[in-house]
Amino acid sequence: MANQTASARVRPQFRNLSLGQLASYRLPPAGLLSILHRVSGVLLFLMLPVLLWMFELSLKTESTYARLRVVFGGVLVKLVVLALVWAILHHLFAGIRYLALDLHVGIAKEPSTRSALAVFAVSLALALIAALWLFGVI
Amino acid sequence: MAIGPKRLVVGAHYGLRDWLAQRLTALILAIYTVFFLVYLVITVRIAGGFSYDQWAAMFVPVWMKVLTLTAIFALLYHAWIGMRDVWMDYVRATGVRLGLLLLTILWLFFCAIWAAQIVWSV
Repeated sequence: MANQTASARVRPQFRNLSLGQLASYRLPPAGLLSILHRVSGVLLFLMLPVLLWMFELSLKTESTYARLRVVFGGVLVKLVVLALVWAILHHLFAGIRYLALDLHVGIAKEPSTRSALAVFAVSLALALIAALWLFGVI
Repeated sequence: MAIGPKRLVVGAHYGLRDWLAQRLTALILAIYTVFFLVYLVITVRIAGGFSYDQWAAMFVPVWMKVLTLTAIFALLYHAWIGMRDVWMDYVRATGVRLGLLLLTILWLFFCAIWAAQIVWSV
């Protein structure tokens, strides 16, 4: 307990960002990637039953498969699916980057900023392709 | 776990285990994703198209059921560690936090049973 006396001292505390600060607080790319990794993870967790429901419809019988295709025709459903596709892509590629960082690969400031930007480039490009495909452009 | 000669990170020792489990389950999911995409492309190539029959046939072999369910269980364990971290970071009231942790466990158990039922009824 070497720091007992140190912790007894009153220290200035910097926490609890106000909502206004939150809007103007600019995160570096790696910080934005990090919070979006969390947001996408929570989103996927909450949408698990929806994913399982779609999985069940797709596999159960030919008629439930056909029903899923009809469900997928709705614009709102397409937007939800697109959000889920983005969440999976972001979580996957950001996660691979974190595994590399855990192994001390690209851990310095510049490479980690570059890899964060690369994750955004790849996941957003693939999400765009998914969007074009979902809405029948390609 | 001891770090260096003096510093000892004490506690219930579940911190490192969960940290490691989160990464191992992530690895399982990444590998399964690649495997699944390759399997899907091969199936579509062989069948020359994609329909319900090909899709359902992908999940008929027992090894595919086992691999898929393993990946889903890895996903649920991964989600548990992630959500536990989220609740611990943002919810400070003990009662509310415990309630949310309990709901998360129930939610994931529900999903696990449902997933097993889906995969095994193909």
